[in-house]
Amino acid sequence: MTPRSFAIALFLVLTAALPARAIEVQRVISPGGIEAWLVEDHTNPIISLDLTFRGGAALDPAGKEGLANLASSLIDEGAGELDSQAFQGRMAELSISLSFSAGRDTFGGEMMTLTENRDAAFELLRLALTEARFDEEPVGRIRSQILAGLARDSQSPRSIVGRTMNKVMFPEHPYGRPVKGTPATLPGITVADLRRFVTERFARDTLFVGVVGDIGAEELARRLDQVFLGLPAMAAPADIADTMPDAQGGVVVVDRDMPQSIVAFGHAGIARDDPDFYIAYVVNYILGGGSFSSRLYDEVREKRGLAYSIYAYLNPLQHAALVMGGVATQNARVAESLDLIRAEWRRMAESGPSETELHNAKTYLTGSYPLRFSSSRRISGMLTGMQFQGLGIDYMERRNGFIEAVTLEDARRVAAYLYDADKLTVVVIGRPEGIAATRPPPPLGD
Amino acid sequence: MPHLFRFISTVRRGLFVLVLGISILVRPAEARVFDPETFTLDNGLQVVVVTNRRAPIVTHMIWYKVGAADEAAGESGNAHFLEHLMFKGTAKLGPGEFSEIIALNGGQENAFTSYDYTGYYQTVARDRIEIVMEHEADRMTNLRLTDEIALPEREVILEERRSRVDNSPGGKLREMMQASLFLNHPYRIPVIGWEHEIHELNTETALAFYRRWYAPNNAVLIVGGDITAAELRPLAEKYYGAIPARAVPERKRITEPPQHAPRRLTLESPQVSQPGISISYLAPSHNSAGSEHAYALQVLDEILSGGATSRLYRGLVVEQAIAASAGSSYGATAYDLGTFGFHASPRPGGDIAELEAALRAEIARLLEDGVTEAEVASAKRRLQAGAIFARDSLGTGPNIFGRALTTGRSVADVEAWPERIASVNVDQVNAAAREVFVDNRSVTGLLLPESPAESPG
Repeated sequence: MTPRSFAIALFLVLTAALPARAIEVQRVISPGGIEAWLVEDHTNPIISLDLTFRGGAALDPAGKEGLANLASSLIDEGAGELDSQAFQGRMAELSISLSFSAGRDTFGGEMMTLTENRDAAFELLRLALTEARFDEEPVGRIRSQILAGLARDSQSPRSIVGRTMNKVMFPEHPYGRPVKGTPATLPGITVADLRRFVTERFARDTLFVGVVGDIGAEELARRLDQVFLGLPAMAAPADIADTMPDAQGGVVVVDRDMPQSIVAFGHAGIARDDPDFYIAYVVNYILGGGSFSSRLYDEVREKRGLAYSIYAYLNPLQHAALVMGGVATQNARVAESLDLIRAEWRRMAESGPSETELHNAKTYLTGSYPLRFSSSRRISGMLTGMQFQGLGIDYMERRNGFIEAVTLEDARRVAAYLYDADKLTVVVIGRPEGIAATRPPPPLGD
Repeated sequence: MPHLFRFISTVRRGLFVLVLGISILVRPAEARVFDPETFTLDNGLQVVVVTNRRAPIVTHMIWYKVGAADEAAGESGNAHFLEHLMFKGTAKLGPGEFSEIIALNGGQENAFTSYDYTGYYQTVARDRIEIVMEHEADRMTNLRLTDEIALPEREVILEERRSRVDNSPGGKLREMMQASLFLNHPYRIPVIGWEHEIHELNTETALAFYRRWYAPNNAVLIVGGDITAAELRPLAEKYYGAIPARAVPERKRITEPPQHAPRRLTLESPQVSQPGISISYLAPSHNSAGSEHAYALQVLDEILSGGATSRLYRGLVVEQAIAASAGSSYGATAYDLGTFGFHASPRPGGDIAELEAALRAEIARLLEDGVTEAEVASAKRRLQAGAIFARDSLGTGPNIFGRALTTGRSVADVEAWPERIASVNVDQVNAAAREVFVDNRSVTGLLLPESPAESPG
């Protein structure tokens, strides 16, 4: 982002993805050089803003796991002259919603307001990002809430499966560490840590902003300066190594007395910026991505009634990529379900999809793309995501073309290297029958 | 990890939660929330169109005015079982073929079952709506089932039940609380069904329920998105209009007797590490006796738990610092009685008995001192702002109309919501609180840890 003179705007009309009603994405650059992508929509008196800072929980210092997540819950608990109740009271009085969240690679924020309350909304957003107070009361309260959540997670089968899988896949990498921290790390996070986090991580060079709704480009340009110009120009250097997930495969069983086992499985996947990404995306839809039609769904649920949920998905993180899946089935049928899943994994690797499957997948994936444009919040989130992933302002127009271009030959080639049934790591929680663990579950620090 | 569970059917809780968040609708001066168009076909099918031009897409929903509370005794889960089986083919289409057609056309679909309604919906590009209308109308009358198709689906539902209830101490306690709060009314029975009764469901129970209740005159068609009533009407006439009306039984459920004692349940489990308390009271709904309190109760719910400055959060979480969370929930949308609930969870190391005492003290203080003018004004303002936000998303309007029209309310009721909220005053809120928060009509549920050493095995 280089400083520009005036707010203005590149208009792009998207006709491919949204044939009947074009969505115009404008690039707005403020006088101070802050960039945002904007979709103007004056139908309702509502403004939705989404923001992302590059850099998330993976940057938490060792021993301070949970820092980014704690900060995300605290920056709207008092800022500037307003203490926690005053800040939250202002939001409540004016129906302004403001929320922040920490992911592994990003720190995100969302603001939603009625147009008539936008002065206050933008000001509260500015205060949260630049003048958070971290008073003793909210810090203690929010920390206790997160600890209560961790206590719940420590017994939650789904949480245990997810955290175990992360730890197994990334034994040495920051991705293996818990985003929300642990009961051991949270008490050690100080107000000084929180202040340092805000100073180091919230900066203009790592910021992406998407806005949808009842606001014009010129006004938005002014607001961008008002909210974001006070941030430092540059974030502190951040260095996360690219990594490969653990490739040993095998089965981890977390013993738990419950009638249904919950199973996660996965191995290395494909990066978001890999030239083969869209091919993998289409192939994975055929294997396990479709809600009511996929090979896994047909074999496991439809034909045999083994499970209520069965799926596979690509999970491309910034520094590693995974292809993952899940199923939940009664203990007696875990082995049968896993055999079926492995067989489908193998079949896809060996022969890829059929011509018909490929055609049907493309029809679905291109035809359903406009369905994502169903609310201001979803669209503002997409605008931020497009910038974060470097997809280009005309991405919405080009996206279906990437799907259309996938050939059967491509699909077979990518399926052959993407899926490897022997490399699957499986994590089961429950009392699965006929399943032999090949390695013990790692400690989770609960 | 994202969406460990995808769901094909939203059993009661999911949908209630969804709507509690958004049911909250508009401001008096504008007096309109969604500004829908509505008409009724000759066969009695009511149609509502909620135009939303955000994108060239439409959401097409059929809501049947029947749910789990209308099941025959001993057949719990049958309404939900049928919902699953509605995807298994008709005289024209094989099992799963409708879903394949929807996917081929880039559409997404789902279905849900509640106590009072069962719904099916698809979201598609606007030029594909005729395709989904043709097949949705087809399965309104032409469902074909065999044991070979239906019985594996019963296994799927048992897995669904294990996920939602049997694997979850909280799920089991909620089921027990519901069964205790209602002594006689079928709301006492879980929507997904008791496990032993699910085992007995079969092709015939499902088809009998289908033939008894699924008819155009017992359904509402709701279409939201990039379409008008003028555009929809010819298609509705063509596909749904061709289906003759049939006699459908009156929905008449057995009713609650007077309740003479509070109930208290404790579930201890080694799988609980964070305790919790909840208190549920029987409450009027928009459609039950006492419905004059329904708007005041929505305002009260907002005063008690609308955000970080609400009574319960401020009192128990911020000021007394004994709770990690505290809130309330009120569902006004039910064909029969509603419920008003409180819940709280202590801070780590905190004492659940002390928290319960503090929560009850808040309820006692409310009954003693009442709410203030300022609290009522502020809550009303937030609720009315919520009505504007409700217009934003494609699905919100259709869902609100669906729930209203299958539980005894009208399009006009939904549109008048902001005015009726605006007219609520302090005295009405206080009267509603005194009407509802009566110990003898309540159940208290405690979810507690149990040390693994004490548990057998």
